[in-house]
Amino acid sequence: MSAAELSPSRSPLLSVRGLTVAYRGSDASAIRDVSIDVLTGECLAVIGESGSGKSTLALAVAGLLPASARTTGHLEWPGLGRAALGGSDIGFIFQDPAASLDPVMSVGRQVAEVVRTHLGLGWREAYGEAAELLARVKLPERTFDAYPHQLSGGQKQRVAIAAAIAARPRLLIADEATSALDTIVQAEIVALIARLVAEDAMTLLFISHDIALAAQIADRIAVFRDGQLLELGTTAEVIGHPRHDYTRMLLSSHIGLDVAPMLAAPR
Amino acid sequence: MSLRRFTRTPEAVAGVVVLALLAIMALAAPFLFPGDPQSIAGPALVRPFQDWAFPLGTDRLGRDVLAELFHGARTSLAVGLAAAAASLAIGTIVGTLAGFAGGIVDEILMRITDAFQTVPGFLLALAFVSVVGPSLGVVVIAIALSAWTGPARVARAEVLSIRERDYVASARVAGMHPLAIAFREVMPNALPPVLALSSVMVAGAILTEAALSFLGLGDPNRVTWGGMIAEGRAVLRTAPFLSIAPGVMLVFTVLGVYLAGEGIVENSAVKRGLA
Amino acid sequence: MNRALRLLRRRLVGSVFVLLIVVVGTFFLLEAAPGDAVDAYIGSIGGDAGLAELLRQRWGLDQSTGTRLAAYLWALLHLDLGHSVAFSRPIRDILLERLPNTLLLMGSATALSFFLGSALGIVAGARPGSFRDRFLSIGSLALYAVPGFWLALVLVIVFAVDLRWFPIAGIETIASGKTGLARAADIIHHLVLPVTALGFIYLALYLRMMRAGMAEVWRQDFVLALRARGIPRRRIVLAHVARNALLPLVTMLGLQSAQMLGGSVVIESVFSVPGLGRLAQEAVTARDTPLLLGIILISAVLVVVINLLVDLAYAFLDPRVGASEAGA
Ligand SMILES: Nc1ncnc2c1ncn2[C@@H]1O[C@H](COP(=O)(O)OP(=O)(O)OP(=O)(O)O)[C@@H](O)[C@H]1O
Ligand SMILES: [Mg+2]
Repeated sequence: MSAAELSPSRSPLLSVRGLTVAYRGSDASAIRDVSIDVLTGECLAVIGESGSGKSTLALAVAGLLPASARTTGHLEWPGLGRAALGGSDIGFIFQDPAASLDPVMSVGRQVAEVVRTHLGLGWREAYGEAAELLARVKLPERTFDAYPHQLSGGQKQRVAIAAAIAARPRLLIADEATSALDTIVQAEIVALIARLVAEDAMTLLFISHDIALAAQIADRIAVFRDGQLLELGTTAEVIGHPRHDYTRMLLSSHIGLDVAPMLAAPR
Repeated sequence: MSLRRFTRTPEAVAGVVVLALLAIMALAAPFLFPGDPQSIAGPALVRPFQDWAFPLGTDRLGRDVLAELFHGARTSLAVGLAAAAASLAIGTIVGTLAGFAGGIVDEILMRITDAFQTVPGFLLALAFVSVVGPSLGVVVIAIALSAWTGPARVARAEVLSIRERDYVASARVAGMHPLAIAFREVMPNALPPVLALSSVMVAGAILTEAALSFLGLGDPNRVTWGGMIAEGRAVLRTAPFLSIAPGVMLVFTVLGVYLAGEGIVENSAVKRGLA
Repeated sequence: MNRALRLLRRRLVGSVFVLLIVVVGTFFLLEAAPGDAVDAYIGSIGGDAGLAELLRQRWGLDQSTGTRLAAYLWALLHLDLGHSVAFSRPIRDILLERLPNTLLLMGSATALSFFLGSALGIVAGARPGSFRDRFLSIGSLALYAVPGFWLALVLVIVFAVDLRWFPIAGIETIASGKTGLARAADIIHHLVLPVTALGFIYLALYLRMMRAGMAEVWRQDFVLALRARGIPRRRIVLAHVARNALLPLVTMLGLQSAQMLGGSVVIESVFSVPGLGRLAQEAVTARDTPLLLGIILISAVLVVVINLLVDLAYAFLDPRVGASEAGA
């Protein structure tokens, strides 16, 4: 069963072709010759060990690689018909919520500035919109005027999510968005992301080193190793019939976690 | 390796070259201009580049400007280095004591440091020199009095982080005297960040010395660039060169210190980062 | 604002201690001075040993050190700073007369250096490593190496002697009879050169701090997050990077006030501005140590007050201040 059979209606939003990225100072490239389609409306999980190049792929897609990185290959956006714009077409959620907010600006204003930038509103309307966004990510009203240091890690991540979806992006990238949080909060945030993606009909690129977590939310799973795409398939395929020993090893390291929901997860 | 890195920053190289030239000037002064630079050497107010006996001309009293500049370099560098060394020494000792002793000693020493920082340093130096009387040594002490607080704070902060380390604890267990621990074990390790302040301290000391001399509080028996500038003021309209030349020397000296210092600090920071 | 009040109260207590140390320190410096006020008085006015004896008794100079320290403190509590021999007037009156000029000079120079310095620092720090950045940082280092009094003289040579754009000295035209706006304009005209000379040195400091601070903020992760949100670069630079880098500059504003008071001594001397700095030079020339120490005391008080104001401003600008102390 291939991805196309899974959902014949789905055309690619994004096509990555032969993408290679090398950071200055290291001989080996961080990712090598990666070709992958992200289908409109799907949830694609990218999994792999630390250093396998997951973040590099995400940053390359969002156009956020440092100037020192050398890139070859192509990024095409057939789903948009033009190049994507960071913020308005792509929302990005980072791993460390504390490090994704300006410490001396109220969180409401930080969300509002995204609204203002991309929706062309004045500050007043942007504030109103931002308040609604904070409500959507289930933050109480009073958090609007709070500063990042006054919020918990989970709350900060909710703010970051609100800022990421503020401009109604087509693609949401969550790069280990929950690994800095404890298990309970982690589940809440994953559920929140899944809900928002469904409500706004976004495409989700979900990056994780946790195959169980990925299986909960993803339609398809891409397995990365040493900067290369090792395996790509529907969640059921990858979980049920992994083609590579490496994937099998990743799975076996999760034996003992509740396997059942893992297999029941695909939507 | 580190030398090559150093020479790759052109600013640092420029700084070192300038300082080397100044050091040569200072060392060569007594040989090139053996007489007393403050004595009358020729006619007054010879313009620069006119008479090869006085390449840079003479001042209001007929003193050789070039000789004065050379001898001024001696004073500037000597006072700058001595005052900076004194400031660093006082600051390191006070900071080490405060950080290592903690409690009430720390509290008292830090309040004293606050008090010294509250009084404008230059006013303090001015008052000290004017009360004790101007001489090279007094000027050095006055500058150190106004400049030791920065190193003290840095040293204290460093000592606070060092004093909980294992080797300090083991020295304690071995029954070493606390003062011996403070000054033999802790202080040497707290030195690098304090020494990183050196170039700023030297530059500040040179500028303070110049300002004191400008106000007539330099050692009257020595030529100082600040004093030369003050001298030149009297004929500012007719012979501005007399005030401008020593000032240019000061700017080059201080700039040289900054540039070389920045290069050295960056270089050692890189080395420490790699280690 | 509760936060700010708590902070203020704590700082006030500390400041009183610090000022007490300064007072005791100045007292002993006064003691160390060779000769006392009577010698100075006799030296300038003339008189014999009998008169000296009489004056010493009258001024309490024959008492023990402890008694005199107590008397000194007691007098200070009544804002009595003693009598200036050089001016034959109460020191307090002279200080209060000179203070406004120094405040005007310092305030203007601080504003110039802070605003122009941080603005240029933003220009440099907006693109670390760019040509503009390198140019401005080397230029500012060169400026920082310039002695204030020499810059003042060069400004005088160029703008007052050669071009005759500005007056050479003084704070206003003597006996001009100007009032109101005309007088204000006259004072501004006189202050342009001294403010430039005093402000430009510190301008370099703020420029370099802003630039270094911004370089640090650029390396923080939230900048990447802002880029990911598509915030325009200009807004990232101004509203986030510069805004974060501004905080240490505000602290520096307080620390720098003492330095600037010291720097105003030479600047006021060069331009004959009748302020505290010029007064300090006059006190040195006249060997009027009590007057000099009076200047030091009032400067210390000024520095303490400025630092309190700066702390309040900082608490206003940085929401994190006091947050960690709330529990402690
Ligand atoms: N800014 C950078 N400069 C140089 N090398 C980098 C940089 N960022 C990542 N790398 C290198 O690129 C490789 C891939 O890193 P990447 O961050 O993409 O991995 P990752 O799969 O996201 O890992 P993790 O799970 O730890 O986040 C690693 O070897 C890393 O050391
Ligand atoms: Mg990563």
